[in-house]
Amino acid sequence: MAKPRALVLTGYGINCDRETQFAFELAGAGAVRVHVNDLIDGHDSMSAYQILAFPGGFSFGDDIASGKVLASKVRARLGDEVERFVDAGNLVIGICNGFQVLAKYGLVPRLDPGRPAQTVTVTFNDSGRFEDRWVSLRAESSRCVFTAGIERIDLPVAHGEGKVVAAEDVVSRLEKEGSVVLRYVMPDGSAAGGRFPHNPNGAMHDIAGICDPSGRVFGLMPHPERFLSFTNHPHWTRRRDALVRKGQRLPEAGDGRAIFENAVAYFR
Amino acid sequence: IGLAAVHTVEVYTVDRELTRAQLERAARELLADPLTQDWVIAPYVREGFDWAIEVGFLPGVTDNVGNTTRVAMGELLGVTFEAAEKVYSSRLFLVEGKLGREQAKAVAGLLYNPLIQKARVMDRDEVMREGGIELPLARVILPPSDRVDEVDLEVDDDALMLLSREGIPDDAGGRAGGRRGPLALSLPQLHAIRDHYREKGRRPTDVELESLAQTWSEHCKHTIFAAQLDEVDSLYKTYIKGATARVRKMKGSADPCVSVFSDNAGVVRFDGRWNLCYKVETHNSPSALDPYGGAVTGIVGVNRDPLGTGKGALLTANMYGFCFADPFYDEPLPTRDAAGKVPILHPKVVFEGVRKGVEDGGNKSGIPTPLGFIVFDDRYMGKPLVFVGTLGLMPARLGGQPSHQKAARPGDFVVVAGGSVGKDGIHGATFSSESLHEGSPAGAVQIGDPITQKKLGDAQLEARDLGLYSSVTDCGAGGISCSVGEMARESGGCEVDLGQVPVKYSGIAPYEIWISESQERMTYAVAPGTLDEFLDLMRRRDVKAAVIGRFTDSGRCVVRLAGRDVMDLDLDFLHDGLPALRLESTWTPAVPVDPEFPEPADLGATLVEMMGRLDMCSREYVVRQYDHEVQAGSVIKPLSGVELDVHNDGVVVRPVLDSLSGVALSVGILPWYGDIDTYGMAAACIDTAIRGVVAVGGDPDQVSLLDNFCWSSSDEPERLGQLKRAAMACFDTAVAYAAPFISGKDSMFNDFKGYGPDGRPVKISVPPTLLVSSIAMVPDVRACVDVQAMMPGDLVYVVGTTRDELGGSEYYGLRTGKRASSPGRVGVLPTVHPEAFLPIYRAMHRVIARGLVASCASVSCGGLGAAIARTAMAGMLGMVGDLARAGAEDLSRSDRVLFSESQGRFVVTVDPARAAAFETEMHSVPIRQMGEISDGDRILLRGMDGKMAVDVDLADLKRSYKRTLGW
Repeated sequence: MAKPRALVLTGYGINCDRETQFAFELAGAGAVRVHVNDLIDGHDSMSAYQILAFPGGFSFGDDIASGKVLASKVRARLGDEVERFVDAGNLVIGICNGFQVLAKYGLVPRLDPGRPAQTVTVTFNDSGRFEDRWVSLRAESSRCVFTAGIERIDLPVAHGEGKVVAAEDVVSRLEKEGSVVLRYVMPDGSAAGGRFPHNPNGAMHDIAGICDPSGRVFGLMPHPERFLSFTNHPHWTRRRDALVRKGQRLPEAGDGRAIFENAVAYFR
Repeated sequence: IGLAAVHTVEVYTVDRELTRAQLERAARELLADPLTQDWVIAPYVREGFDWAIEVGFLPGVTDNVGNTTRVAMGELLGVTFEAAEKVYSSRLFLVEGKLGREQAKAVAGLLYNPLIQKARVMDRDEVMREGGIELPLARVILPPSDRVDEVDLEVDDDALMLLSREGIPDDAGGRAGGRRGPLALSLPQLHAIRDHYREKGRRPTDVELESLAQTWSEHCKHTIFAAQLDEVDSLYKTYIKGATARVRKMKGSADPCVSVFSDNAGVVRFDGRWNLCYKVETHNSPSALDPYGGAVTGIVGVNRDPLGTGKGALLTANMYGFCFADPFYDEPLPTRDAAGKVPILHPKVVFEGVRKGVEDGGNKSGIPTPLGFIVFDDRYMGKPLVFVGTLGLMPARLGGQPSHQKAARPGDFVVVAGGSVGKDGIHGATFSSESLHEGSPAGAVQIGDPITQKKLGDAQLEARDLGLYSSVTDCGAGGISCSVGEMARESGGCEVDLGQVPVKYSGIAPYEIWISESQERMTYAVAPGTLDEFLDLMRRRDVKAAVIGRFTDSGRCVVRLAGRDVMDLDLDFLHDGLPALRLESTWTPAVPVDPEFPEPADLGATLVEMMGRLDMCSREYVVRQYDHEVQAGSVIKPLSGVELDVHNDGVVVRPVLDSLSGVALSVGILPWYGDIDTYGMAAACIDTAIRGVVAVGGDPDQVSLLDNFCWSSSDEPERLGQLKRAAMACFDTAVAYAAPFISGKDSMFNDFKGYGPDGRPVKISVPPTLLVSSIAMVPDVRACVDVQAMMPGDLVYVVGTTRDELGGSEYYGLRTGKRASSPGRVGVLPTVHPEAFLPIYRAMHRVIARGLVASCASVSCGGLGAAIARTAMAGMLGMVGDLARAGAEDLSRSDRVLFSESQGRFVVTVDPARAAAFETEMHSVPIRQMGEISDGDRILLRGMDGKMAVDVDLADLKRSYKRTLGW
């Protein structure tokens, strides 16, 4: 099969689009950054792509609430097309601000069929602050296309509104129905149990990422596109030192690539 | 006071007819989160509070949330908002607690800044009686204004100086005897203007005079740096540009400079494909008045410099630097007014506002902010210094042409894109030429809007790659008067129609439209053949763009409104008509006497205390709130170590993700040294900035520098003498290191004039402050190192020579007993010896590149003690060492060895298996193995007398390091 094509959305304050495009290209996709208005006015069309990425950033400055205004715009102007895209068996990923958009649109977790409606929100960190720090994560859902083969992964978070919140019954359905994809854990892999800074925002059940029932629509707060290279990890100099003393070679890739490679592999 | 609870309500006031159903839909689907919020259509008459405080913006202040809501509501409801129909955002605080009215007002006072906001305080009974809470709408209502005045300059000198100080007479708004605010022109400048118009046989219009004041301002023309000072024809030309010219010649084919001192930022080569441009600015005066607005405007403003350099650059990294007074200051604050009613903002309020402004400006723009510093001195109380810088990346060539070249051509259209003009941002350029006083115009304070600019920057890079414009520059100080005036030099003239400039509201006077610094705007020269495509692209990207005129080759800058000329100035006079300034300086050398005090009995305790000092302690609180990893190029981060909580000396980023090359960035700033001698200060700043990049893997033979002078009272001969010595040191040191200056900026009047607690006038002047920023190439980022010790058994080396140089040191600062004051004019300053240090830096670069070093710390503020402490704390490993083996010359006291700030030094750790190779590579430079890393949790150092001098627990050190600013 030909290279899958990834549409990386841009515009209105989205700002992780370049590195997200680079991540998909490294993984073997043909990735294009497309302005949201070019989809609305027909300069480009989702039908030419198999992967749709909502990158991180500050769409509309987080005014009103993070992701809210872009979600509202996409639903109003591109809703039919986006939902057709999902139902046609394609992949959608929303990272950080992109996750906030997916959640507020209702594309994740979308526990019930039909038009998406918001059942989960992503709101202000318990610390009341923007936090840039690396976190340890455990991948859980066997259904999510993007995390196939991943058990543990370190990734950076950088957000002020990353706390996943939902009604108790929704949370228990997320858990029961396998919608929880990524969870914050302690560096040793044990449960974070809401402990700061391992759970950096106070998310319920330490939830860092969720998917829809198909496993093809995935939203997460951490940034896999910021860990494409070995030298991105905050402990890379320590790891190099240990490897060099043992006479071993340095790896080149960062663990974040796997998430994009899984997306590409899905179409191979 | 007893507050039981505070609830906040986000209030959106819609100034447009909408049905109740429409409002409810907007509230339900757009404004309120269905899981965490509730909503109500006003009036708000619920129980459950004692006091209601509503805070909203004053008319004309940028309301980003209101503007976004207006657009989003229009889209959701499918309705159009007319120009005057707006949405206003405000915030309602519902306070539960037994408070009196005065207490409630005091609480309100903490919640708003009266310069930009208004607040209303009501108790529950008042709310119920009035049936809700309503702030007056922040509507801007102004009488129409297309008036252009002529100004009479044929008056005596006193009247001319009044004109300069208080501005052009203006009775607008019924203010009889009112004036518009400072022109800040000097008497000789006013004479030159008067003579020019006498020759022309007419009076200048207000548009012309305001335009000249902007263009000739200290901010734009750097009159003091350009002046004849004693025997020196321009410090800038002689010592800064002069150093670069000398270095470029010396380097020949290795010259990294592509375009320097001729554009908005300096451009250097990265590799064959890419160039980098770098600019550091200050935004001090506005940050003193509105710390948040000033800082966000500053960072978003400096972003426009790389955007406006050559054909424009992608913004790849931000830096920040703050100079504040003691945030724990607990004495009465000086006031702006004689009556003692308007105190200046508390240093902690300034700190937090500025920090937040840079956070929003950087994070919302998607630019990583990995590099920064904060220094503290109570002389920054009246005017904090806020440095902001941006690194840009541009392809070396665009469409086959060098990307750094641009030229507006006669016939090109003048296009302004981005934000619109309001009354905010009038007189910013002339404002920064003045010291802050009671009448400082609040209109100079703005709030930047990162998203409007992000949209503009994204669209500009698309237009750049399509070749849709021939030149670009940013609208900064002086607004379009300066940007268009500057670009007109490329073509040889311009004609502008003020009626075509997009405005936020009507009623803005013609001169205001011309000089307003309203933010988020760029000016383009667009050829007729690409105009339609350019405008269409901007429209599709939802970026406002307007054709406001044409570039010409008439030699004149002509501005029209409604068909009449309101300005017609010769470009030559506009740009080169200002008379040369002649200044004289004096200099009083300090006597190098060290203070006498006994050596502390427990140097370990002293080291713990040192690491907790304001200038030394962890800034993790700030670092974590700045996104330093966006764009995915992060290599050496601001913090390192097992617990990622110890500062590095520099940072490394990969601006091009498919290349293994990187750039290292660092800074040098040592204001206390300047109290002794600004020559020594400037030399040490440069040395520290170079050492900082070398410490993480930067190549000392590929370093470029930026200078930012923030001086005070630069009309006083002694201050000018300090300036001259600093500039001389810049020349000598940069040339000695063959490190060119590529860009710089100066700010000469960082003085505050107000009143002390006793009602007497006070003037607080910042200490002469020089920031040197460095940028160095890193051939392969996989070789970079950081500060953390890696393994027990590793050998600890001191590289370089420790001398008896403690003048201006942090250790002497500790002796003052104060948190944030200068140690004063005592002691011998560290001397920079480039002839000895450059070989050290080159050798260090070789051993780092060859992988022979496990960790590296630059020895700077706090001396060997601080470098050793950082190395151990980061690695969570102990150290056993001997100060007698630290390579000290002529020193017998252990405290002086531990805390001397001699330049040119590093503390490195080395795997014993690599020690022989390390020592061979370093054979020609001074190194001493002073100890080794242990697997314990203590630093144990023998003193000069052979007895244990330092015995300290890492946990105690770290607690001290992290506690001071551990907010």
